Amino acid sequence: MKKITFTLNGESRTVAVAPHEVLLDVLRDKLGVKSPKVGCERGDCGACTILLDGKPVRSCLILAVEVEGQEITTLEGVGRDGPTPLQESFIRHNAFQCGFCAPGIVLAATALLEKNPKPTAHEVQEAISGNLCRCTGYEAIIESAVEAGRQGTARARKPAARKSANR
Amino acid sequence: MAKKNFKVVNQPVKKLDALPLALGKPLFVADFKPADALYAKLLWSPHAHAIIKSIDISAAEKMPGVHCVLYHGNVPRIAHTTAGQGFPEPSPYDTFMFDRKVRYVGDRVAAVAAETPEIAEAAVKAIKVEYERLEPVLSIEAALKEGSPVIHDEPEARAVIPVPYEPKKNIAARVGMDVGNVEQAMAGAPYKLDNSYYIHMAQHCPIEPHVTMAHVNAEGRLVIRTSTQVPFHARRIAAQTMDIPVQQVRVIKPRIGGGFGAKQEVLLEDVVGMLAWRSRRPVLLMYTREEEFVSSRTRHPERIRVRLAADPEGTLTAVGLDCISNTGAYGAHALTVVCNSGSKVLPLYRAPNVHFTGTAVYTNLPVGGAYRGYGATQAAFAVESAVDELAEQIGVDPLVLRSNHHIRSGETSPVFAALGEGKAGVEQAIGSCGLDKCIRLGAKAIGWKKRGDWRKKKGRYRRGIGMCCLMQGSSIPEIDMGAASLKMNEDGSFNLLMGATDLGTGSDTVLAQIAAEAIGTTSDKILVYSSDTDMTPFDVGAYASSTTYLTGNAVLDAGLKIKKQILGVAAEMMEKKPADLEIRDAQVFARDGSGSVTFQDVALHSLYAANQFQIAAISSHISHKSPPPFAAHFAEVEVDTETGLIRVVKYVAATDCGTAIHPKLAEGQVEGAVMNGICYALTEQYLFNSAGRMLNDSFLHYKIYSMRDKPEMVTILVPTYEKTGPFGAKSVSEIGINGPCPAIANAIYNAVGVRLREAPFTPEKIWRGLQQHNA
Repeated sequence: MKKITFTLNGESRTVAVAPHEVLLDVLRDKLGVKSPKVGCERGDCGACTILLDGKPVRSCLILAVEVEGQEITTLEGVGRDGPTPLQESFIRHNAFQCGFCAPGIVLAATALLEKNPKPTAHEVQEAISGNLCRCTGYEAIIESAVEAGRQGTARARKPAARKSANR
Repeated sequence: MAKKNFKVVNQPVKKLDALPLALGKPLFVADFKPADALYAKLLWSPHAHAIIKSIDISAAEKMPGVHCVLYHGNVPRIAHTTAGQGFPEPSPYDTFMFDRKVRYVGDRVAAVAAETPEIAEAAVKAIKVEYERLEPVLSIEAALKEGSPVIHDEPEARAVIPVPYEPKKNIAARVGMDVGNVEQAMAGAPYKLDNSYYIHMAQHCPIEPHVTMAHVNAEGRLVIRTSTQVPFHARRIAAQTMDIPVQQVRVIKPRIGGGFGAKQEVLLEDVVGMLAWRSRRPVLLMYTREEEFVSSRTRHPERIRVRLAADPEGTLTAVGLDCISNTGAYGAHALTVVCNSGSKVLPLYRAPNVHFTGTAVYTNLPVGGAYRGYGATQAAFAVESAVDELAEQIGVDPLVLRSNHHIRSGETSPVFAALGEGKAGVEQAIGSCGLDKCIRLGAKAIGWKKRGDWRKKKGRYRRGIGMCCLMQGSSIPEIDMGAASLKMNEDGSFNLLMGATDLGTGSDTVLAQIAAEAIGTTSDKILVYSSDTDMTPFDVGAYASSTTYLTGNAVLDAGLKIKKQILGVAAEMMEKKPADLEIRDAQVFARDGSGSVTFQDVALHSLYAANQFQIAAISSHISHKSPPPFAAHFAEVEVDTETGLIRVVKYVAATDCGTAIHPKLAEGQVEGAVMNGICYALTEQYLFNSAGRMLNDSFLHYKIYSMRDKPEMVTILVPTYEKTGPFGAKSVSEIGINGPCPAIANAIYNAVGVRLREAPFTPEKIWRGLQQHNA
């Protein structure tokens, strides 16, 4: 076992992991972070997507020991202070049916909006193409991300101003 | 059609679970894993057909951290079906928790529960099995050959309802009907065809694979949390298979990560239940993606013969359909899927002579099951392709041929009465039918008028347009039952408890809308709790396009009972007659304007003031009809004549689902079904080696569409009003998946003149077709 320390949703966390342990399992089973989902365990479906230093990656393809000193964001960290404008947009469009793919898709879209605040539908399709959804046909998901951009959300990860004021 | 003035129904209210899903809250089975849970792993058969000569679990049992090992020698041997259907099930009892024989690569041999996944895996590997290999049966043709190896030779295999079942001939089910005489009609017809089509195996690919967790609670009862579409059937069948009383089992369905029919199967509940029962520890079993492909359920492939005949005026005189489905190693849904190939397709077009046979055969391949569309998908491909072929023979626009023959409001079909689900069907006249408008609007959206003959097309990339018409049903008439209970809380909110199962479709939201509309409040005042066998009334579950129509009617009825009680209390409070009061926006008003009370006032009065009682109601609904939704689908494709690569340029789906209770969610059902149908038609397929092992059991090699593959999609809802449905609603969830195969096949023909009668339409098949043209 090796002790590793990294930032998880803004907090420093230290956890003992075996060299073969996959980040997805460590997050879910050792750190109680349940939003990354187990869908294929080989990087095909994107349900386990997290942000590693701001970039969307598949946590099922990363060994936990690799993330020493890095910054990890899961959906628990994004919606903590109330839904972000992007999440509000997904909610408004009823974009998710079963929602099992939602954590991965919301994070991939969050990363896209930080890089490209006003993406076109095509850019959304390219950026989130690694996240499979079997329920929706993707229409509402694309619409939600494009509309969130169009409404001008300076920083995708911050909760909507209206929401913060209520707190 | 009657346009009603709805306040909540037909409005895009917020989906009840939209917020927690967007925030990634823990809602799914595996998210609830307690720290002391054991991990289960299964040992799978490496052979397609073999007898287990010996099995030695001693090494596995002795491994530290292993708590329980199950195999055929230490569990009850109870023949059952895994098909999550009503009792008695129309699927044969041909399955055991574990058996002495294995019938496909991926069949269950043993199960282990251990402290960690690694120990469970190692223990599975430590189980020693000696097999005597038998000749595998790997196709429909091989199964039906004289002297073919018998897959189900166990004495217990039987049908539990009076239907043909001949396992000695590898026949899992047989059904048929005749009206008039198709042979005779064919003999003299100037226009006719007799073609064979093949439609392939596919997997549902819910992004959450099958997952079940079970524990024995303090009272000694088994609690199963499971990703299921059928919690009540799961309770019944798990108890049956484990040989414990139903009352010992509680099944809870949390949010589930997609089902599409795969989870209308009691697949893991029995074995996880047994592991927990024996080990007295919580046990979690999650399928891997590979297991989901191989050891879950699939769409039954079918070989389909279509015969059509038309008279000199081009009027359809005969439709003949012979479907042989491959149910794989077990007969789950074998009879009913192949029945639906007839009953959900044949009534669409009027013809005086109708013939149908359906046969389901056993093979040593992955097991067929319920899959969105449920047999209609298969037959719609064949019939709608054939209709295009006949139209060309007659020299008529295929759109016109369809428009001239499709069933209309007020008409019936002899097929409704002849074909049911395991018994005779139920006669019904069509109530609402918006198919004409679907055809008209869809044709306009795709640009049907610009469609030209393929013979005039030139260049490397050629475009073509194709269409098809579809119908499905809404619930299984005289079989399905759903119930709902409502109670009023002191702040004027309501608890709605239902057995109905939201598998992501949004049925919790839709049913809350129906309740709110019936009572006269808003959907955010309806607190929905569903799918818990201890807490909610019975419901057959989420299948057969039933929930909105069936459970919706139960909810509507319960809502109206509540409304009556509210009016009664308000009348007492206001010293009026109930008839002199009306409900608007969660308030009760005197019609003469003399006063009003709020729902909260009514609730407080009923609970605390005088003549106290709980405002509450429970209602059950049995469907007597299965009103079909209708749809017209249109595809425009572009074919690369050099490579055979095909691209769907645009897809239009126009659907009549009656009143869309939640139009956005209804559109979502159509879009999701269409997208699934498109990749089924083009890229999804099972590849097997000669020993029956699946070769492409991952999303890398079994290709479902990502966002980038999505064509332009146009979704049109055509409102009609189905009088027997809640606020005019019919079903919408399944019908959309039936269209892409025929619409795209017809579009490919229109682009390049290649008629593909075998799905999927891979570049190779198109290219070979083009080569034949050129030769």
